[in-house]
Amino acid sequence: MRLQHTASVVIIPLLAIVLALVVGAVVLVLSSPLVGGQLDVMLPVKAYAALAEGAFGSFNGLVQTIVSSAPLVLAGLAVGIGFKAGLFNIGVQGQFLIGAVSAAAVGAGLAHGSPLLAIPAAVIAAMLTGAIYGFIPGFLKAYTGAHEVVTTIMLNYIAIQFVAYLIIGPMRATGATFARSPDVGAAVLPILVGRNGHLGILFALVAVPIAWWLLFRTTVGFEVRTVGANPDAARYAGMSPRRILILTMSACGLLAGLAGAGEILGISHFMPAGYSTNVGWDGITVALLGRSNPIGILFGGLLFGAMRAGSNLMQIQAGVPVQMVDVLQGVILFFLAAELIVRYVFRVRAAHAEVTELKTISRSYGGQTTP
Amino acid sequence: MDFILHFPVIGLLLQFIGYLVQVVVQNGGLIITLSTPIGLGALCGFMNERGGVVNIGIEGMMLASAFSAWYVASIASGFLSADAGPLGITLPLLIGLLAGLATGVIVSLAHAWLSITVRADQIISGTIINIVALGITGYLALLISHNSPPSAGNFHSLSLPQPLIDFPIVGWVLRTFVEQGPITLSMLVVVVVLQVLLYRSRWGLRTRAVGEHPRAAETVGIDVIALRYRNVLLGGLLAGLAGAWFTIEYGNSFQSGMTNGRGFIALAALIFGRWTPLGSVGAALLFGLADTLGQAIRQSPPAGDLGAVLGAIPPQVFTALPYIVTIVVLAGVVGRSVPPAADGQPYERETSTL
Repeated sequence: MRLQHTASVVIIPLLAIVLALVVGAVVLVLSSPLVGGQLDVMLPVKAYAALAEGAFGSFNGLVQTIVSSAPLVLAGLAVGIGFKAGLFNIGVQGQFLIGAVSAAAVGAGLAHGSPLLAIPAAVIAAMLTGAIYGFIPGFLKAYTGAHEVVTTIMLNYIAIQFVAYLIIGPMRATGATFARSPDVGAAVLPILVGRNGHLGILFALVAVPIAWWLLFRTTVGFEVRTVGANPDAARYAGMSPRRILILTMSACGLLAGLAGAGEILGISHFMPAGYSTNVGWDGITVALLGRSNPIGILFGGLLFGAMRAGSNLMQIQAGVPVQMVDVLQGVILFFLAAELIVRYVFRVRAAHAEVTELKTISRSYGGQTTP
Repeated sequence: MDFILHFPVIGLLLQFIGYLVQVVVQNGGLIITLSTPIGLGALCGFMNERGGVVNIGIEGMMLASAFSAWYVASIASGFLSADAGPLGITLPLLIGLLAGLATGVIVSLAHAWLSITVRADQIISGTIINIVALGITGYLALLISHNSPPSAGNFHSLSLPQPLIDFPIVGWVLRTFVEQGPITLSMLVVVVVLQVLLYRSRWGLRTRAVGEHPRAAETVGIDVIALRYRNVLLGGLLAGLAGAWFTIEYGNSFQSGMTNGRGFIALAALIFGRWTPLGSVGAALLFGLADTLGQAIRQSPPAGDLGAVLGAIPPQVFTALPYIVTIVVLAGVVGRSVPPAADGQPYERETSTL
């Protein structure tokens, strides 16, 4: 039973990926007249080969895969931990942006000091502000019943405007040709491996075991999972669902903010006004692929990191826009939700324990307040 | 009176109210126009949720429809005559509109299947629709942009004879509500029809029953599954209409991600409007006002102190205004709003154990 359960948890996501690649191939063939001017049945082979080569074909490609995975793993945790508490955090994008702009601000302020001070200060600032930005929807959910799905999406749009205001206004670097924040100087994360394998990789690698330990080996983790499974029972057992909801959303925001710090301090070293990121949607996909389990999220993040890292070579060699990865991502999600199709196509029997996994998070977003 | 106007805060507030009234009077038509995608989106949500299906995929449905309406109209304009009828209606635009509607229905079918038949989490299903729509339209739009397809143009607003418009108050009402494009006009009709049907028809009674207590509804012979499917697909038509508004009525081209959260704001309008058609569209008008106000302040700021105060506020605040209003609305600052009792719960027929 236990073995069958584990197998099913691993196999279904893998099969969903296989099916998505098949559907993606169909999309590629159908859209090939727009890519190369004529119908090209071999385009999927070319595109996927380039994708794989870009992600795994060279040492630097491999490092790039890991570098791209780091924020996705953190974002996946920021969504997945929310799932555990029955929360759907679509606000990773906003929490990421707030964390990123804080890291950029603190980094710029301490740019001429010692890295030993500048790096921790910028990272902690990002985690704190990200946590505050996660606290807002958690608090609103707990005390007013405002559903986090809509409030977090709204907070994403507000964060975009807030960042634009800061970078165009008070944070704008003097003398820059376009609106951007000043360089973070001393707060730049050191390169550990390859061309751009920066310290931020370790943030993700450390966050995974900590998240696992907190969720499965501590009282607070037990409370989070109980509230997610049944808030009424949790309250009956003496837990405070409100406190747990707020705490969980804040923790999610903290992780997303940390991801933002890694991207600014590790890669761009400043923040442009129009900084855009896919990390919120990617995080949802990674969390669902990893079944909200930190270990699963690590692998889900690596997969998407590979796709993002390889997509540039795919664009260069096969002429397929990098947005193809977004299409694949959507199709993978579709098959994950519609497990029935995957089971039907591959004749996999259901392990009852985990079929219900996805069903625990949706409660209507009306007026109910948390008990 | 003069004294009050010089008392800083109250004076400013009065000035602001005056400015607000001025914006409403001068830009009433624009408010209705800008609230159309939100209103139609909210009506799509209404069709879903009164029957018990949560739909947060409205944004994606609108985006997909916006794309297909624009692209199909563009292709059709390549080999069909573009003789414009009233309201600037041409054959290519009509075909584009049909494509937009069909896309809304097809995407809704995916949502209905996932959330009703497969009984997947409805919020996940909606999220997937949003991600897939954003990904596919972004991918295709980028591929298509290489050949820069021609624009098929867009629908025009109805224009009434001058004497009617010049009429004192009636003229303003006509200018605001009737001098609109066909999609906006259809929203104004659909909202009234739905409001009447919800409370005065067999369909309305059944829908409310299924949304509140599906098990009870089934025991009196209502086919819960069929009703939910039908309502979700009809809602898809409305999302398709909302999407087409972006590319063949308000504008005439497609940009990746152009719906910009309107589908999510529509959800807030639905909640604010307490899950009724009139209430939802009324709430949508408020969001339209917030949009219009932001534009008005940028283009023709008020004079005097108020102008100085508003001018000092960064423009991003006005762009973010509809999103801030949404959060305030959801937080229940304006009163509790109770969803249909069975909203978001998949329905499983009771199977005989014999």
